[in-house]
Amino acid sequence: MAQEKRLMKGNEAMGEAAVRAGCQAYFGYPITPQNELTAYMARHMIEKKRTFIQAESETSAINMVFGAASTGSRAMTSSSSPGISLKQEGISFSCGADLPLVIINVQRAGPGLGGIAPAQGDYFQATRGGGHGDYYHLVLAPKSVQEAADLTYEAFDLAEQWRMPVMVLADGMIGQMMEGVSFKEPKDPAKMPRKPWAVGHQKNREANHIASTQLDPEKFNIVIDERFRRYDEIKAKMQRYEEQECADADLVLVAYGTSARVSLGAMQMARELGLKVGMFRPITLWPFPEKRLSELADPKRKFLCVEMSKGQMIQDVRLTLNGRSEVSFFGRSGGLIPTEEDLLAEIRRILNK
Amino acid sequence: MEAIYAHPKSLKPIQTKYCPGCGHGVIHRLIAEVIDELGVQEKSVLLNPVGCSIWADLYFDFDSVQVPHGRTPAGATGIKRMLPDHLVICYQGDGDLAAIGTGEAVHAANRGEKFTTIFVNNAIYGMTGGQMAPTTLVGQKATTAPFGRDPVDAGMGYPVKVLEMLATLEGTKYLARGAVNNVVNVRKTKQYIKKAFEAQLRGEGFTMVEILSQCPTNWGMDPVESNAWLESSMMPVFKLGVLKDELSVSANKEAGK
Repeated sequence: MAQEKRLMKGNEAMGEAAVRAGCQAYFGYPITPQNELTAYMARHMIEKKRTFIQAESETSAINMVFGAASTGSRAMTSSSSPGISLKQEGISFSCGADLPLVIINVQRAGPGLGGIAPAQGDYFQATRGGGHGDYYHLVLAPKSVQEAADLTYEAFDLAEQWRMPVMVLADGMIGQMMEGVSFKEPKDPAKMPRKPWAVGHQKNREANHIASTQLDPEKFNIVIDERFRRYDEIKAKMQRYEEQECADADLVLVAYGTSARVSLGAMQMARELGLKVGMFRPITLWPFPEKRLSELADPKRKFLCVEMSKGQMIQDVRLTLNGRSEVSFFGRSGGLIPTEEDLLAEIRRILNK
Repeated sequence: MEAIYAHPKSLKPIQTKYCPGCGHGVIHRLIAEVIDELGVQEKSVLLNPVGCSIWADLYFDFDSVQVPHGRTPAGATGIKRMLPDHLVICYQGDGDLAAIGTGEAVHAANRGEKFTTIFVNNAIYGMTGGQMAPTTLVGQKATTAPFGRDPVDAGMGYPVKVLEMLATLEGTKYLARGAVNNVVNVRKTKQYIKKAFEAQLRGEGFTMVEILSQCPTNWGMDPVESNAWLESSMMPVFKLGVLKDELSVSANKEAGK
């Protein structure tokens, strides 16, 4: 049976996907450009007798998610860049307590209050932990409304599988634009298995304690080592990317999210001119898809990193290629999106054609 | 023979790390006794705050969750909404509740979240070593108020009266202030806790019991002096008793009133 396709804004599609994933509790705070997501959750969570709270702050919202996730329930928050900064305390604590939860960041331009137009300036924050301490969490980067819905739906499973927060790193373009989208089957929260580590319903077991503190450095070192072994396993199993015409490419564009849409357009224009251009699009930003990108390294092949920032992912590209290929950068910041034409001009300049 | 002493089931039979004369141990015991009396050990979740009572999860024999400093009411909100038939206890000190977490406390109270906050007010920061708390008395010395809390010239403000502030919010249903400096007050405080827990289990709204508690170490006193100072200095500022009781008639009937 063909799935019904609906025309929806990215923000609303991520909301619907979360509801279908069996999200039992949503906690948010208004911030542009993700407000449609919070409003969608208000309507649909309350309608389904699930929990929706407009919190008094972003800090409070993430800690409500922390509490709900402690009971083993599927819980989520969403925000945009300045609000995500406020959530970092709770994200660090969630990583320290190994709690599964979902965070959506519909990025806008920063630093500071910045602007409300789409940007990709939160890459460092998302992929380097973001808060204090030694940790990482999964970061998924959608390029379309469909993928935003699919990754949000899957994020809940991944969070539980790997016992960590999962961040969907979208941007104002993905959040605001409308595209056709179809959804996966709704899951019934009542049928989700109870988690053995969660609090509540403690008949016939020892007490469970959800905490991130450990004052004995020897013991703490062991806990962190164990967590990093899990990170290694994630790096081995979870690297995702999309590759377009890289096999014969003289130049590979590396981009994620909205930048990847522009890059794909510029790549197609370049191919029409007979230029051998490919595209590599990381879908997981952490773990960064370094295995495949590393295979593409070649002294005769150049790489151009395209971002809506002053260049952040380029650091991972350089680390991965490790001097084996030339890497350059093309990007716009402040809420501007590079145009296909400008990018094509840069491609032609690099290839001298 | 009649048993006149038994260790509460909900409290592990181990020695605490709390200083001699500290009130946390007595307060832990009161909570555990009430939980045992209500028979809800397997349906209780405690949120322990950042502060000395971060150790609470070592002592209570039931589930616990530890959130960042001051975010305790936000965490409790998430837990209680997911486990509405459980007893959710938000255990907070004065720094956690009335300084870094004022926003969380006020808004959870205003939403009428159906958990109970046990607010331990000892007018000082304990774990970090005696800094000024939002409830430090005017003139009281602290490492960060070495000449005493000076509300005007040094701009240190006045002791925050949490219950009086929260009483104006419609979401709060039961607000009472007790103390653990003598047997009479300990018994009264236990009654307040029991009434608040019963109200929570009935789903009546936000309940809070503030408990004036001793911190001999950071007050620079011995335990006996601390008991006297709590009465002579704290009680005139933080008046004991039930500040607000808007619980249903049946709840009051059950509590024998």
